[in-house]
Amino acid sequence: MAEPVKLIGTFGSPFVHRAEVALRLKGVPYELILEDLTNKSELLLRHNPIHKSVPVLLHGDRPAICESLLIVEYIDEAFDGPPLLPIDPYDRAMARFWAQFIEQKCAKPFWMALWLNDGDKREVFVKEAKENMALLESRLHGKRFFAGDTVGYLDFAACGLALVLGVLAEVTGLSLVGEDEFPLLRRWADDYTSEETVKACLPPREQLVAHFSGKKDRIKLAVNAMACQM
Amino acid sequence: MENKTMARAGSLKLLGLTVSPFVVRVRMALQLKGLGYEYIEQDLFIKGDLLLMSNPVHKKVPVLIHDGKPICESLAIMQYIDEVWAATGPSILPADPYERADARFWAAYADSKLLPAWVGIMWAATEEERVEKVEDTLKAIGHLEEAFGKCSNGKPFFAGDSVGYLDLVLGSQLLWFEALQKMFGVVVIEEGKAPLLAAWVKRFGETDTAKEVVPDVDTAVEYLKKLQSHRAGATVAQLLS
Repeated sequence: MAEPVKLIGTFGSPFVHRAEVALRLKGVPYELILEDLTNKSELLLRHNPIHKSVPVLLHGDRPAICESLLIVEYIDEAFDGPPLLPIDPYDRAMARFWAQFIEQKCAKPFWMALWLNDGDKREVFVKEAKENMALLESRLHGKRFFAGDTVGYLDFAACGLALVLGVLAEVTGLSLVGEDEFPLLRRWADDYTSEETVKACLPPREQLVAHFSGKKDRIKLAVNAMACQM
Repeated sequence: MENKTMARAGSLKLLGLTVSPFVVRVRMALQLKGLGYEYIEQDLFIKGDLLLMSNPVHKKVPVLIHDGKPICESLAIMQYIDEVWAATGPSILPADPYERADARFWAAYADSKLLPAWVGIMWAATEEERVEKVEDTLKAIGHLEEAFGKCSNGKPFFAGDSVGYLDLVLGSQLLWFEALQKMFGVVVIEEGKAPLLAAWVKRFGETDTAKEVVPDVDTAVEYLKKLQSHRAGATVAQLLS
């Protein structure tokens, strides 16, 4: 009998989505435990004492696995099913390289650009975000998804762009990934969110809009406070 | 560097900086696998064409060039080496998926929490800032001490009987702990506070991997002095890669 799999997550998080979509692609049943990150549970704090963040994967009796991209690699290695990372070592190295790039160079400037009040500071992040997204855009030439015809590791790494793109544009009034500038990324985002397995674990758009609209002030406060320390 | 291996390595070049922990760990991985390669030391102040062409995105070392194809990001390079030469020499990552995830987790922790903290000690503008960075460093070491207890399971290294991924990632930073002690009197891994790691440091230093790859601490000290005179505008990334 298969060991139970639990995923500790939170609503609307692209990081949690990475783990969910990976489990679904492998056909692994799991229990999703949703956290309120303003009031973290004892379960979460016990299983991720270092970072205190989601997602956290619990597989049978094993100690928890943390960090979303590491969870995706674990799922790929621990379970049978279609491969999530490319088979060829060079392609795998490329996927890991670009995933790191997204984490270090795209996620932060994108987030800061969306929420900063100071126009001048925001412009700096907008410029950085767009420069880096242009590099990502170039990875999509001639391909439907980052590794080819099916979704995989690098699509999951970039999923934040697909999942919250349109939603955050609506909530903030700021569109960072315009169709003219980034036609391939826009097309990829549509293809990604309409992919069968991805779609099955995505909440309805209106719920995501409501969720981020509700958190808007709190996010702005946190981001602007962080910017003051930079 | 002479070709040491009987295995078909193809052509391997490594663009690096002798004292960079990111480069040292890749050289350790190559050493473990018994792979010969051409090592090309880079001048990070005046970056050469080969580096700029091979790593146009980050313009950083290390870059492994295998049969003309560049691979960047030290952790991605180590896993690449482990996968391509899976049949050669010891495994760098363990076989069990959970143990692999655990090794990767702590390697990422060592790079994202420990490394910036001790680099911060070197670059602190005020004594206050230095004290803060020392605290951050010791806190991270505390977590790694606990991790050693769990990962090693009573064995000499994080990976067990012999060195592996996490040993190399943390081991590649040790040279700078020595430099920090020499230059600032800061002891990063103190026997009283981190006894397991202190013992591991001694054992790691005695491995062939460490002996063949890690440069003398004076090389690091000299490089730091060179960096200090070029300080203006340097970021963590620019310092060591």
